[in-house]
Amino acid sequence: MSRLIAALCAGALFGTGLTLAGMVNPLKVLNFLDFAGNWDPSLALVMGGGLLITLVTFRFVLARPAPVLADQFTLPTRLNIDPPLMIGSALFGIGWGLAGYCPGPAVAALSFGTLEPWLFVGAMLAGSFLGKLFTR
Amino acid sequence: MTSFTPYSALAGGALIGLAATLLLLFNGRIAGISGIVNGLFNGGNDRAWRATFLVGMIGAAALVYHFTPVHFEGRSGFPVWALMVAGLLVGAGTRLGSGCTSGHGICGIGRLSVRSVAATACFFSIGVITALASRHLLGIGS
Repeated sequence: MSRLIAALCAGALFGTGLTLAGMVNPLKVLNFLDFAGNWDPSLALVMGGGLLITLVTFRFVLARPAPVLADQFTLPTRLNIDPPLMIGSALFGIGWGLAGYCPGPAVAALSFGTLEPWLFVGAMLAGSFLGKLFTR
Repeated sequence: MTSFTPYSALAGGALIGLAATLLLLFNGRIAGISGIVNGLFNGGNDRAWRATFLVGMIGAAALVYHFTPVHFEGRSGFPVWALMVAGLLVGAGTRLGSGCTSGHGICGIGRLSVRSVAATACFFSIGVITALASRHLLGIGS
């Protein structure tokens, strides 16, 4: 139960941050990536602000023998840069640069009462299932 | 047209970093949204925290969007085919590449993962090229 409360709080902070930062607006994202238009550098500060925190806190958190509410940390185990990583990230980059949505903002925006995030998330889930066929 | 919002961007980013810290500190999990969503459909016994996290994220986003000045006019007229193609690519790409902006960008780089640095450099540069090409060469969504 306490793990679910921690997840709920973390999710709420995450959603607040994404929305406050304006990242749920795909035009703001595209206006960052498209620096040849009316450039909006905000996204760089969102990434910067996030990394400023995680680069410091993760060192201390991961120095612990275990998380507060779980037996162990569940972390990715692969260490090598392989074709799926780079091909997948490139495909993701194309989709991101085309519509201005990445998974977090698209899911967060499901509550905004507009159709766009629903269409995008629907297609994203379909794409994820297709992608699963090519991964072990 | 959107305007540069340095303070809310920095504050929002810091909140995202704090959220990722909480999830790692308490539950030992990486706050990568594509991974959290994908895990919902894997039939594992850890679906509850994933669903709870997403409920918190969607609920908080709704409150902030609907009841604070950050409210913005939703985009209109963006071609549906481009939205669907983009969704397919983002879904397939984050599955193959094991992560997205949050999982690789905020959490992966945060724990100094070489894979995440490479993935983030890749999707940012390809994202820039795609946005430039689709808006200025193909005229999509501009």
